[in-house]
Amino acid sequence: MNQAISAAIADEMRADPDVIVLGEDVAVAEGPFKTSAGLLDEFGPLRVRDTPISEMGFLGAAVGAAATGLRPVVEIMFVEFLGVALDQLSTEGAKFHYLSGGRVTVPLTIRASVGAGLGFGTQHSQTLESWVMGTPGLKLAVASGPASAYGLMRAAIRDDNPIVVLEPRRLYAQREDVTTGPEGVIPLGIARQVVDGDDATIVALGSTVGTTAQAEAAASWSADVIDLQSLQPWDRDTVYESVARTGRLVTVEENPLFGGWGADIVAAVAADLFGELKAPPLRITAPDVPVPFGKELEERYMPSSDYINEQVTGLLHTGRVPSPWWEAEKGSP
Amino acid sequence: MSMPDNRLERRQALHEDRRARYERMVEIRALENKVQDLFDEGLVHGTTHLCLGQEAVAVGVAAAARVSDTVTCTYRGHGVALALGLTPVDLLGEILGREIGSIGGIGGSMHLCEPDVGLLPTFAIVGAGIPVAAGAALTAQVRGTDDAALAVFGDGSTNIGAFHEALNLASIWNLPVVFVCENNQYGEYSRIDLTTPVDDIAVRAQAYNMPSEVVDGQDPDNAADAVAAALMRARTGGGPTLIEMKTYRYAGHSRADTAPYRPEGEFERWYEKDPIVNYGRQLVDEGLLSGDDLDAVKTLVDESIAAAVETVLASPAPPMAAMFDNVLAP
Ligand SMILES: Cc1ncc(C[n+]2csc(CCOP(=O)(O)OP(=O)(O)O)c2C)c(N)n1
Ligand SMILES: [Mg+2]
Repeated sequence: MNQAISAAIADEMRADPDVIVLGEDVAVAEGPFKTSAGLLDEFGPLRVRDTPISEMGFLGAAVGAAATGLRPVVEIMFVEFLGVALDQLSTEGAKFHYLSGGRVTVPLTIRASVGAGLGFGTQHSQTLESWVMGTPGLKLAVASGPASAYGLMRAAIRDDNPIVVLEPRRLYAQREDVTTGPEGVIPLGIARQVVDGDDATIVALGSTVGTTAQAEAAASWSADVIDLQSLQPWDRDTVYESVARTGRLVTVEENPLFGGWGADIVAAVAADLFGELKAPPLRITAPDVPVPFGKELEERYMPSSDYINEQVTGLLHTGRVPSPWWEAEKGSP
Repeated sequence: MSMPDNRLERRQALHEDRRARYERMVEIRALENKVQDLFDEGLVHGTTHLCLGQEAVAVGVAAAARVSDTVTCTYRGHGVALALGLTPVDLLGEILGREIGSIGGIGGSMHLCEPDVGLLPTFAIVGAGIPVAAGAALTAQVRGTDDAALAVFGDGSTNIGAFHEALNLASIWNLPVVFVCENNQYGEYSRIDLTTPVDDIAVRAQAYNMPSEVVDGQDPDNAADAVAAALMRARTGGGPTLIEMKTYRYAGHSRADTAPYRPEGEFERWYEKDPIVNYGRQLVDEGLLSGDDLDAVKTLVDESIAAAVETVLASPAPPMAAMFDNVLAP
């Protein structure tokens, strides 16, 4: 996936001289995750820049550059580092268009790696869609693999709004053939149906897309598996159409239960498709704890394909939402 | 010669005995080399940031500070933690994700903690520990104790807002805090001059009307004396100090980084100032240790690290239920 990201940025840089790249160790070292390979060589140090460790400074500078004509692509190495720059993103950049009566646009792409599974520990393993998704004025997309990363990145760079693209870092090493060029671009706000089935609609995002497809393939039931791709805005049509047919909605999220993106999908579906549901909506998530480090604990923290299978099977058999795994675990000595 | 295994005694030894400072530096180096070996063997889940070459800074800070002082440090904190008194089992247990580790295997290499010796949870976010140390100093000021706080952080961290805001705050409030910058010449893969427009980080204190000093961080006594003087100023109402320790990171930034970006000959030049080689030689010259003693220290340390690895590998991973503990205070 890291190659697909480099390729997407390079293609946009070739197409538009206003596209620049900023971030820590993105130029000479080609990115800590090798997501800007070849960019410095091809486009030079004016457009591809290493920054000091100053997220507030360079993200704020990117807002300013975007507001005055450039299309910066900013790398935030781990999404947590957005914390020190959040004002510039949420309170400044996200508001410019609104506060200029529509006269100033901020075509800014912020890329950040997310998620657990590599043993980076509590302060480097969250997904944090929740920091971004509740701010009107921002868009949010999440890559689920190489083709998805390529397509979303290109669309993000072309978009005239500030947009955060989250990249599950567990997937950087994933390889697949990717259609490049215009056909490879994935429009923002459109979901992608990954698997067709009958018994439920399972909405997944980022790292959970692959796990969910795997779960479905091994299960006794079948389901529509939908890669949401964009969270802000999200594709109601695709989700509603599927739920209207299957009568059951499941979301699979790597984030903690409380405040996760699935709650908004569930709320919308429950409100708008109330009469069509055959079962209560089910959210499969991580528990409400910081991400633990110990290998077995970290593995358990993320929804596995076995667990997804178990939960959906439980829903289909009982017509009720099964309790999450941690209800049993928490009580045990 | 014997090495205490109790944390407070381990700390005490650094105040009293310069030979203990030597031993501790040897221990830090041996532990870090072991961590790299364990990583290469695939036994370390996740990442590691080694402080090889920076042992004297860690030992100097711990020798100067007392256990009631508060210390914040970074993910590159194995040396500081061992120097403050944590044991090799505390560290290796945490790094290998075992229940016996510093915080029960919940944190990993970047997250150590031991309030008994003054160590707050270590920080994986660059710069984050700097204002927190100012806050610990505020506690001492408000309560009227003569304790102080120390923040240990890298050169690269002085380009983040938190550094500048913390120094300003500490200065206007005259807080008893010592800011110790470990200038190891690199932030990740970038040499300091590519990201930082001053030769000496210490000059940045001028903007906050704060005393500062450039110190040779490859000599533990030198480092300890500088920190002790700053702590004395802090404890007696003289306010904060910025100390820049010139040092060098022998290993790459993390994990498998072999530091190919390093100019030729740079490592060799710094190795001439190696804190362990030179301090050992100095103690021999002074007649405090013999050449045989130096060998004996190495043997003793290697044995203790090997024993710690054995203990840790034989101990269990944290139970699943451990992830639900301590999310909120009761
Ligand atoms: C806010 C933030 N930005 C970026 C990083 C990624 N990062 C981890 S260590 C590091 C380099 C820090 O350099 P320095 O402060 O000199 O400390 P050293 O690693 O040399 O001890 C960077 C950029 C981070 N952890 N936090
Ligand atoms: Mg450094």
